[in-house]
Amino acid sequence: MSRSRVAWVALPAALAMTLSACGGGGGSSSTGEGKANPDGTVSIYGTEPKSTLFPANTTEAGGGKVTDSLFSRLVGYKAEDGAPYNLMAESITSSDAKVYNIKVKQGWKFHDGTDVKAENFVDAWNWAAYAPNAQQAASFFSVIQGFDEVHPADENAKPAKDKMSGLEVVGDYEFKVTLNGPTSVFTTMIGYTPFSPLPKSFFADTKAFEAKPIGNGPVKFVSRTPNALIKMERFDDYKGEDKVNFKTLDYKIYSSQETAYQDLVAGKLDFMEALPPSAKVGEKYKADLGDAVVTANLLGQSAIAFPQYIDAFKNVKLRQAVSMAINREQITKTVLAGSYVPSTSFVSPGIKGYRPDTCGEYCKYNPEKAKQLFQESGFTGKLTIQSNQDGGRKEPLEAACNSIKQALGVECEFVGATNFGAFRQIVDGKQLTGMSRSDWSADYPSIENFLNPLYRTGGSSNDSNYSNPQVDALLKKADETANEDEAIKLYQQAEDLIAKDLPSMPTWNEKGIGGRSKNLLEAKMSFKRQPVLESLRVKA
Amino acid sequence: MGRYVLRRLLQLIPVFLGTTFLIYALVWAIPQDPFAGKCGQRPCDPAYIAEMSEKLNLNDPLLLQYFKYLGNLVVGDFGTTFNGVSVGEQISTSWPITLKMGIIALIIEAVIGIIAGVLTGLRKSGFLDNLVLVSTLFLISLPVFVTGFVLRLYLGPQGFDLMDTSVSSDPTFGELILPGFVLGSLSMAYVARLTRSSIVENRRADYVRTAIAKGQPQSRVVGIHLLRNSLIPVITFLGTDLGSLLGGAIVTEGVFNINGIGGLIFRGIQEKEGVMVTGIVTLLVLVYLLMSLLVDLLYAVLDPRIRYE
Repeated sequence: MSRSRVAWVALPAALAMTLSACGGGGGSSSTGEGKANPDGTVSIYGTEPKSTLFPANTTEAGGGKVTDSLFSRLVGYKAEDGAPYNLMAESITSSDAKVYNIKVKQGWKFHDGTDVKAENFVDAWNWAAYAPNAQQAASFFSVIQGFDEVHPADENAKPAKDKMSGLEVVGDYEFKVTLNGPTSVFTTMIGYTPFSPLPKSFFADTKAFEAKPIGNGPVKFVSRTPNALIKMERFDDYKGEDKVNFKTLDYKIYSSQETAYQDLVAGKLDFMEALPPSAKVGEKYKADLGDAVVTANLLGQSAIAFPQYIDAFKNVKLRQAVSMAINREQITKTVLAGSYVPSTSFVSPGIKGYRPDTCGEYCKYNPEKAKQLFQESGFTGKLTIQSNQDGGRKEPLEAACNSIKQALGVECEFVGATNFGAFRQIVDGKQLTGMSRSDWSADYPSIENFLNPLYRTGGSSNDSNYSNPQVDALLKKADETANEDEAIKLYQQAEDLIAKDLPSMPTWNEKGIGGRSKNLLEAKMSFKRQPVLESLRVKA
Repeated sequence: MGRYVLRRLLQLIPVFLGTTFLIYALVWAIPQDPFAGKCGQRPCDPAYIAEMSEKLNLNDPLLLQYFKYLGNLVVGDFGTTFNGVSVGEQISTSWPITLKMGIIALIIEAVIGIIAGVLTGLRKSGFLDNLVLVSTLFLISLPVFVTGFVLRLYLGPQGFDLMDTSVSSDPTFGELILPGFVLGSLSMAYVARLTRSSIVENRRADYVRTAIAKGQPQSRVVGIHLLRNSLIPVITFLGTDLGSLLGGAIVTEGVFNINGIGGLIFRGIQEKEGVMVTGIVTLLVLVYLLMSLLVDLLYAVLDPRIRYE
């Protein structure tokens, strides 16, 4: 994998943006004074996992945090910028980006003492993709040849096979992956949790594994009290470079972020990757935590989508007018208390291939031009923004509505759903009656992951139901381009087309703000809003 | 007496069946797709939905689902939630904690409430009476989460440092005293007022005057004659209150991060996990029924005029 960062750094504008975004970009570590204790205990804020703790079944934060720590994959991501590096892979080679030859490092062990071999990857991937095993992240394997045979598009059809033809074990520590077509992002993708290997014992008894997961990561599973605690311990035979510097890891499960924050300030909890709204008001956390604030560049993008199945939103002038009527600068400073920055692009800053201002003037507040465009659009009636109203989602969108109201002189109302589930049901069922919140956080750090799921026809999270054959063609071409830099250029061209159509308007990017307790000397947060385990150092 | 108790216990069976069915049907009727939002920003994979629906019997008609559930319940299987953890296990970790906290709350509200009620009832319109009236009025007007947050702030590490900000995952009685106090504070105020008015009323009763006229000591008049009669409404209140202390502690549990029954129900409803909600509510219904039986039996102990045949 050749990762030339020259192009990225050479863009002065990009650099300037990163600086203003996060005071130095990347994950800034927070360091204290004193000696470290290599056998200390670290407690981290957690939420109850919503699914079984299989790597391909934890797509939400609570469970993902646990499986991410228990398993190591072929590729890891650097804490600073999410750049992929070979973790368990000795080498990943391909001449055409379609057939990959993967060599696995020798000497790695699962927590039960068995060796991690090529077959552990192949078996795990086949198992996760096989439809009757009902893994939430099964669709991530759809790039691999033969996926449709193990996972037919029709959910009632019986799969013809239980193994993908594209996976082939070559030797004990070598396997070959054949994809459906060239996919350059594959080498980044396989760092995502569902691509973890699974030990032999998993296939022998999945029930037992459910109760006591066995991984190959830097920490091993010890015990779990549902809704209260998940306990882990350092795995001493771990071979990766991301070894941990503590003995015991407690994921303490909280039902309220407020309480967790009180514990953090009191030193009863050591790490939180998000702070409750009450701590953000007036930047109270700065006074509470001092130098123990931990920040990170998150790979997320907040946007408001214009569902294309609503007739009024087929008019691009209306979309542009609304986008220009939102005072992003002011809302991020006041309502969002500086924990967000205005967004000017469809890709989040820090991603390779990110360019600021791709949205151009349409993401800048300009009430005069907005008003003019709005009048040209001929829209009459009321605008609405839909979202779930819990978790602090309501306030910024209400502010956006007010901004639209003032700039355009049109009625605008926030329509709230009780919770995330209820809201997604409306969105997934294509039953939106107005604009909708469409926030995205990337599964893996790649520009591809910001465009394909959101803007490709039928994309898995294409909330606006956007479809532009030209964009589809460019994205397809980019996916199939083996050379990474060329692929990025094509993705950028697609992004430019999307910016012209503005099917959803980028609003703001979240700054990752978390905190550590005084018991920790050092802590870093990753772009996935997770603690970087190898960075945690306990005070002696 | 024995036949009465037996009859009451047999009544539990139809009530049990009725409530479980009602709860099951209600959860089933929540107009939300259990898979909405479960897979994050993108909709769940159709194969995942199909398999999980099959596993959790979500495709069966309501009645069949219910009978399958009941069948499992008879052999002690409460079912499993979406994350594969058995409901039985979750209840058995949370139940003792909630029970501990509920009992602490009940003891606090009964002891403090009754003592305050008796003292003020005997010395009407004195300083103590006014103090108790004002302070109970204050407690009644405060929502539980305010009491919780304020006490945590002032007694926690940022205040007098008498307690931790939250309890551990397997809390001891000592750790639960403060949460128990918060939980019981509202009822404590009610108990104090209820006892007070009951005492005030009964002080003028004929049998109290007779007891005083017989020359019995004050402690016996108050302790035996007056208090036993005055406690009947208080016992009724305390008995039914234990049920609400156990199931309705969601707010207190949230403030102190206690892994209790209230939080489990709340999460169960949010995630539309019917088996979880039904399992816990069934338990709570049983607690209510047993407590009301106990209260009825206590009536007979307190007031010899009441007999069960």
